[in-house]
Amino acid sequence: MCASGKYSSRGPALIPRMKTRHRIYYITLFSVVLLGLIATGMFQFWPHSIESTADWTLDKRSVHDAPLVRLPVSSPIPERGDLSCRMHTCFDVYRCGYNPKNRIKVYIYPLQRFVDEVGVPISSTGLSREYNDLLSAISDSDFYTDDVTRACLFVPSIDVLNQNSLRIRETAQALAMLPRWDKGMNHLLFNMLPGGPPDYNTALDVPRDRALLAGGGFSTWTYRQGYDVSIPVYSPLSADVELPERQPGPRRYFILSSQTAIHREYRAELERLKEENGEALLLLDKCSNLSQGAASARKRCYKGQVYDYPQILQESSFCVVLRGARLGQAALSDVLQAGCVPVILADSYILPFSEVLDWKRASVVIPEEKLSEMYTILKSIPHRQVEEMQRQARWFWEAYFSSMKAIGLTTLQIINDRIYPYASRTYEQWNNPPVVKWSSVNSPLFLPLIPPRAPGFTAVVLTYDRIESLFRVITEISKVPSLAKLLVVWNNQNKSPPEGEKKFKCPECTAIDGLSLDQTHMVERSECINKFASVFGTMPLKVVEHRADPVLYKDDFPEKLKSFPNIGSL
Amino acid sequence: MQAKKRYLILLSAGACLVLLFCLGGVQLPAASRSRHDRSGNGYRPDQPWPHFSDPLQPFLPWDQTDTEEYNLHISPRQKRDVNTGVYKSKRCRMDSCFDFSLCKKNGFKVYVYPLQKGEKISESYQNILSSIEGSRFYTSDPGQACLFVLSLDTLDRDQLSPQYVHNLKTKVQNLPLWNDGRNHLIFNLYSGTWPDYTEDLGFDIGQAMLAKASISTENFRPNFDVSIPLFSKEHPRTGGERGYLKYNSIPPFRKYMLVFKGKRYLTGIGSDTRNALYHVHNAEDVVLLTTCKHGKDWQKHKDARCDKDNTEYDKYDYREMLHNSTFCLVPRGRRLGSFRFLEALQAACVPVMLSNGWELPFSEIIDWNTAAVIGDERLLLQIPSTVRSIHQDKILSLRQQTQFLWEAYFSSVEKIVLTTLEIIQDRVLGHGSRSSLMWNSHPGGLFALPQYSGYLGDFPFYYATLGMKPYPKFTAVIHAVSPLVSQSQPILKLLVAVAKSQYCAQIIVLWNCDKPLPAKHRWPATSVPVIVIEGENKVMSSRFLPYDTIVTDAVLSLDEDTVLSTTEVDFAFTVWQSFPERIVGYPARSHFWDSNKERWGYTSKWTNDYSMVLTGAAIYHRYYHYLYTNFLPSSLKSMVDQLANCEDILMNFLVSAVTKLPPIKVTQKKQYKETMMGQSSRASRWADPDHFAQRQTCMNKFASWFGAMPLVHSQMRLDPVLFKDQVSILRKKYRDIERL
Repeated sequence: MCASGKYSSRGPALIPRMKTRHRIYYITLFSVVLLGLIATGMFQFWPHSIESTADWTLDKRSVHDAPLVRLPVSSPIPERGDLSCRMHTCFDVYRCGYNPKNRIKVYIYPLQRFVDEVGVPISSTGLSREYNDLLSAISDSDFYTDDVTRACLFVPSIDVLNQNSLRIRETAQALAMLPRWDKGMNHLLFNMLPGGPPDYNTALDVPRDRALLAGGGFSTWTYRQGYDVSIPVYSPLSADVELPERQPGPRRYFILSSQTAIHREYRAELERLKEENGEALLLLDKCSNLSQGAASARKRCYKGQVYDYPQILQESSFCVVLRGARLGQAALSDVLQAGCVPVILADSYILPFSEVLDWKRASVVIPEEKLSEMYTILKSIPHRQVEEMQRQARWFWEAYFSSMKAIGLTTLQIINDRIYPYASRTYEQWNNPPVVKWSSVNSPLFLPLIPPRAPGFTAVVLTYDRIESLFRVITEISKVPSLAKLLVVWNNQNKSPPEGEKKFKCPECTAIDGLSLDQTHMVERSECINKFASVFGTMPLKVVEHRADPVLYKDDFPEKLKSFPNIGSL
Repeated sequence: MQAKKRYLILLSAGACLVLLFCLGGVQLPAASRSRHDRSGNGYRPDQPWPHFSDPLQPFLPWDQTDTEEYNLHISPRQKRDVNTGVYKSKRCRMDSCFDFSLCKKNGFKVYVYPLQKGEKISESYQNILSSIEGSRFYTSDPGQACLFVLSLDTLDRDQLSPQYVHNLKTKVQNLPLWNDGRNHLIFNLYSGTWPDYTEDLGFDIGQAMLAKASISTENFRPNFDVSIPLFSKEHPRTGGERGYLKYNSIPPFRKYMLVFKGKRYLTGIGSDTRNALYHVHNAEDVVLLTTCKHGKDWQKHKDARCDKDNTEYDKYDYREMLHNSTFCLVPRGRRLGSFRFLEALQAACVPVMLSNGWELPFSEIIDWNTAAVIGDERLLLQIPSTVRSIHQDKILSLRQQTQFLWEAYFSSVEKIVLTTLEIIQDRVLGHGSRSSLMWNSHPGGLFALPQYSGYLGDFPFYYATLGMKPYPKFTAVIHAVSPLVSQSQPILKLLVAVAKSQYCAQIIVLWNCDKPLPAKHRWPATSVPVIVIEGENKVMSSRFLPYDTIVTDAVLSLDEDTVLSTTEVDFAFTVWQSFPERIVGYPARSHFWDSNKERWGYTSKWTNDYSMVLTGAAIYHRYYHYLYTNFLPSSLKSMVDQLANCEDILMNFLVSAVTKLPPIKVTQKKQYKETMMGQSSRASRWADPDHFAQRQTCMNKFASWFGAMPLVHSQMRLDPVLFKDQVSILRKKYRDIERL
C-alpha cells in the first residue's frame, strides 16, 4: 500500500514519456516488489494472527460466536426484587473502595447465548442494537474496567431492555448463573419496557434479587428511591432523524398530540379540547390509508392530511405525552428533541433521571384527571417561561436522551454520585444548559453577609522601587483604625527591601514616578484587557455609573458629625 | 535517466520494507505479551465490549406498542381507581391516600382541631400549633380545610416518656373528622422505645401523612411523608437565632478538621458506630469524644475503654469545638437523627452524616450534598481522608450553604412548620410548584412564592444564577391622595419629570382620594401611557397590590408630593439594575434600639447611617408587591390601613427580611427634605404629630411579628461616578443632581 501510494503519486508525470516496452517492464518490476512487500507483511503478521483471531477480528465479531450456555430446568431462580432495598442495605460499598478520582469501576460480562434445555433462546431478539450500543459506550468510558476483581458495579450482557421479548423465568435463571451474581449485589440491569399484559407492571418482572434496576417506566410504588434509577425510553428516531435546534419562541400550534396509541377515553377528551380551542390544538393520529410498516411510524395524519413525524413536533409549543399501557413513553424523547415542552400526563410516573434533573424547568406535569383543563393550565404559563422550558427541553434531550450512550453514562454518573456524594455533580452542572453556564455568575461568596468591623482588614501594598511613596502609603494607611495587618510585597529582584523603619532616599524615585504618564503603559494595559477577554471567552467586566460614598458625603452638614469627614478632601 | 528511476524505485521499495519491519517489530512484543497472558491462566481475560458486525435487531419492534395499546381493555380511569384502592397505609402516596378535591375550592388551608378538655400538650407541640394558627394557611373552619392537624400531642411516642399520651388510638378514632386519617398531618419527634426504638407510633395513623423526625428511608413514603429535623424544647417559636458565621475566612480551615462530642451506647441499637469512633480520634485535628456516663446504671455495662474515654471527654468544651471545627460528625444516636445535626448547621460546621438510612430533613426539597457530607457508617475509617480530600472552595460553599439552610428552614419552630406545610402545598399545586433552584438558593422557598410566577426570571433573586437581566424599564406608581385642583400641583410636575425618563415604560396613578377621578384631559400629555387606577377601598396597602398592569420588573413608587428630577430618576434606575433585589431610593431613615424604653426607635434625623429607604421615592422589584400582599399576615396590613401610616416601614422590613441586606440610598438634590417635611399644600400626614409616634409603635409591632429585627444598617450612599469631583460639569452625565 505504501509503495503503490508513493508510486502513483509520481506515476502520471513519468509514464507518458516512457515507451510502452519500458512501461511494461516497470509495471512488472513494481508488481514483483509489491508482491514481495505483501508477502513480507504477511510473514510478519502471520504467526500471531492465527491464534489471536479474537484480537484481530475484534471489529468484526459475530454475536453467534458467543459461547452457548444451556440452562438446566432446575437452575436456581433469584428472588423477586426487594422493595426495601437501599444503597446501605443491598449494595456492597466495600467493592467500590476509596479512590482519589471518586469514580466507580464498572465491569461488563462477556456475551453468552443462553438457551433452555431444549435449546430455545431466552430472548426472542437476543442482543439488541440499543443494548449493544449501551455496552459499547460503557466499555469505552472512564467507568469501564476489564478486571472483574476491581469492579464496583457489574453489568450483565443479558439484554432485558424489552420485557416483551424475554422469557421471564429463563432470563432470571440466566442472571443467577452469572459468576459474580451473589444475590444480585452491585448488579445493574437496564430495562426500558417493563411489564406485560394484562396489567403491565411498572418495573421489570424478571426476578432479580438485589440488583439495581435502571428502569424506564417506574411508578412511585415500584421505584426504590435512592436505589433504582429512572431512565428514559429510548426513541430509535433519535438516531434516524436530525432535527436542528430551533430558537425558542411561539410556534404555529399551541398544543400538539401526536401519539398514535392513545386510549379512546383520552382521545375523546382531546377531541373535545380540540373542539373548544380549534386551531391552537393539533390532534394527530396514525394514517389509516398508508401501508403498515416501519415507514408509517414516521407519518401522522389529521383528516386525511399527512404530516411528517417527528418534524411536526417542532411546530408546536407544547406536546402532549400521555401514558399508555406503560408510564414511560418513547415519545417523550422525540418531543424533547424537537424542543417542544412536554405536557406529561402519567399519574405516579417517576420522570427520567428525576433524581438529578429539575423537570419543573423543562416540562408541565398535569394529573390525568385534569386533562380537560390542560388548555387553561398551559395558557396561564408566561411566554418567557415557555421559551425557557423549550430551551431546557432540548438541552435535556441533547445531554441525557439523545443516544444509548447518553442514557447509559448518565445512569452510571447518578450511581457514582450516590457512592461518592461529596464529589457529586451539582444541580447547576446537571441542569444548566451551556448557554446559561457561560452567562451565569455564581459568586463563591454567595451568602449575604455584612462582615463585622472587628477583624478589620489586611492592607497589601505592591511595591517595586518607589520607596518614598511606599513609605508615604504605609504612614497614611497605618493611621486607619481597622487596619489589622499590613503586607508589603517587594517586587524587585535586583534589590533587597529596605530594612526596618529606617527611611532612605532613593535617587531614581522621581524618574520612575512618571510611569503612569507613559503612553505605552496605557497601550499595554489595553492589550491586557483584550487578551484577558479573549481567554475568558467573554468580557466579564461590567460598567456601572455609581460610586459608593459615605451617607453624608459633601452634604451641607457639620463635618465633625460625619463618620468619614475627610473623604474627598485631598 | 532510466537507471536513476530504477534506483529511485528500488530505494522507495526498500524504504517501505524497512518501514514494514519497524511496524511489525513494534507490534510483535505487544502481541507476544498478550499471547503470554492468555496462556498464563487458561481463562481469557475479558476485553472491552467487542464491536459486532452482525445486523442487530432494535429492542423495540416498530409495531409493538401500538399492538399492545389496542389489546388493552382496561380504561385508564379504572386503572387509577384500582391504584387508589390498593396502595394504602405503608404504601400510601398522594395519589392514593390524599383527597386533592378538598384543596380545590379554598386553596391550601389548614385546620387545627380545638384543644380537648383535660388534654395536655407539650410546649413544643403548642409551638407547632400556634405557628400554624399564625400562618396564612390557617382556617378555623374544617369545611374549608385541605389539611387537618390534631390537637392531640403526638410528638413523643416513647412509652417511657412522661410526655407520652395514653389511649391515643381511641382518642383519634373518636374524632368526627378523622376519616381514616385522610388529609391529616401528624407531627412526631420520637417514636419507639428502648431497646429497639421502632418507628411505630403506637396507634393506627390510617392514611395520615407523617411529619416525623429520624424517619428511615425504609419507612418513609416518598412525596407523602415529610422528614423534619429533631429539635429541642428550647427551640424558639419564631425568629430564631441567626447562624454563627459572621464572615468568611479564606482559606476556610479551622482549628479542628472534624469533631464530635456525645454519648456512647454500650449496648443495643445504634451503638456500633459511636463505639467505633475512637479508632478515628487522633486528639489533634480529629477529635471524636464519647462518654459512657449517662443513664442510671452505666457502671454496670461499662467496658474497658469507658474510663479512658470519659477522661478525654471532659478535657474538651463542646461549644469551643463546635465553633472551631471545619466539619462536625453527626453519627446516629438511638434513633437516626440527633440534636447534633441542627447544632452543627447553625454553627456553620459542615455536618458529616453517619446515619445510614436516615431520610434527611426536608429531603424532598433540600439538596443536602450542597451543605453536608453524607458519609456511610460502613466506611467510618475512611471519613478522615474523605473530609481531607474536599477542596477548600467546596468547604467555603458548603459552609455558606449551612447558614442559608439554617436561616431559611430551621432556625425556629415556625420555619420548620411552614416549610413542612409549603412542601405539602407544592404537591397540591403540582405543575405550579417551586423548582429545586428556588428551594436551594437564597432567599429560599418560604420567601419565593410559586403562585406569583413559575418563571424564575420573574423573581428578583435569580438573575445572576441564570445569566439574565431585569427588564430595562420601570413602571412608576404614584400614590395620589389629594384632589386635583390646580395645574401647579406637585403631582403634575412629578408626572412630567418621571415620564421624561428614558427608562420609563408607563405611569400608574393610584387614585386613593375620596374625590372622584379627575377627567382624562386634566392629566398632562406624556410620551408614555398614564393609567389611572382607583384604589381598592382607598386603603394604604393598596399601593402595594400586585397590579396586572405593572408589566416591568421595576416599580418606581412615588408619593404625590415627591419632588424628583428626570436625572435623579434615571440615575436611581441605573443603580437599581445592579441591585434588583433591594430597595433603591432617596429618603432614608434609621432605626435604633432605645435601651431606656427597651424598644425599637425610629428616627428621621440626618445620620451617618440608615436602614430604610422610604417608598415615597424608591425603586424596587415588582415581586415585593406580591410578597407584601400575599406573604404578610392580615394583622399587620390592617394595622397599616387603620393608621394610614407605616406601609413604607413594613415594606422595608419585608425586603430586608428577604435579602438580609440594607436598602440603597442614592444621591438627591438637597431641597428634597424640606419639601417633604413642610411646605406641601395638602394636610400632609407628615405634619401630623401622632404620625411619628405611630411609626415607633409600628416598628415594634413589626419586629415582634418577624421574630427579630430584620432591618440592617448601611453607611453607604451611591453617587454618580464624578459626583462633586473637581472636573468640568460638562463631563458629568448626571449633572442636574449636584446643581442646586
